[in-house]
Amino acid sequence: MKIAIMVNEGPYTHQATDSAYQFAKAAIAKGHEITRVFFYHDGVNNGTRLTVPPQDDRHIVNRWSEMGTQHNIDLVICIAAAQRRGLLDENEAKRQGKNADNIAPGFRISGLGQLVEAGIQSDRLVVFGD
Amino acid sequence: MSDEMDFEEGGTVKKFMFVNRKAPYGTIYALEGLEVVLISAAFDQDVSLAFVDDGVFQLVKGQKTDGVEMKNFSPTYRALEGYDIEKLYVDRESLEARGLTEDDLLVDVQVMSAAEMGDMMAQQDVLISF
Repeated sequence: MKIAIMVNEGPYTHQATDSAYQFAKAAIAKGHEITRVFFYHDGVNNGTRLTVPPQDDRHIVNRWSEMGTQHNIDLVICIAAAQRRGLLDENEAKRQGKNADNIAPGFRISGLGQLVEAGIQSDRLVVFGD
Repeated sequence: MSDEMDFEEGGTVKKFMFVNRKAPYGTIYALEGLEVVLISAAFDQDVSLAFVDDGVFQLVKGQKTDGVEMKNFSPTYRALEGYDIEKLYVDRESLEARGLTEDDLLVDVQVMSAAEMGDMMAQQDVLISF
């Protein structure tokens, strides 16, 4: 089955992102395909490479990056939600005149159309949020 | 981006329902949810909106937001008709529990029972809640 995932809450503050990750892992283990994970609302904070959790804790951002690379999952951060919350990729940083960018490897910034498209193209769109 | 995807989709039409559960200004869910709704209109899908729990407050007439220094985005609900988004469903019990009636709302809606709302949800292909 082709499954897309939507993550609506930030890492470490809310379990939604952990549940989404565990769900994706279990689905992949069962032979399903995770086509895309779309990060919205505070969920965009799952994609900042400046995240530095304590060493004895899970690294939520790196965990997504690794899963994305390993299983060829499209990790998409919503551009409008990201800009409000201070997440920029190199191009956006340049365009907005900012001197830093912070998108983690394997993630990309794109529009909300990617969410609707995921809903159309996937067999299931599973939403994790509050 | 969306042009390309519309082309690729070749006319797949799914039933999308956006479920609005939160009051309009306490959190960003309502505003960012509405942004998704507007984008979805570009994909020629069968879109409907449900308003339940505090989500019914999103549609209340006469919203004044100067005091909280936030943009009053409620006029956007009136513009949805122009995007061919005309299926707005409101949960009757949520309205009544908050002392509201259909006359308090700024758009034409279909008020229904929780059971009817449940049936409506069961008919959807994609259900995203905010």
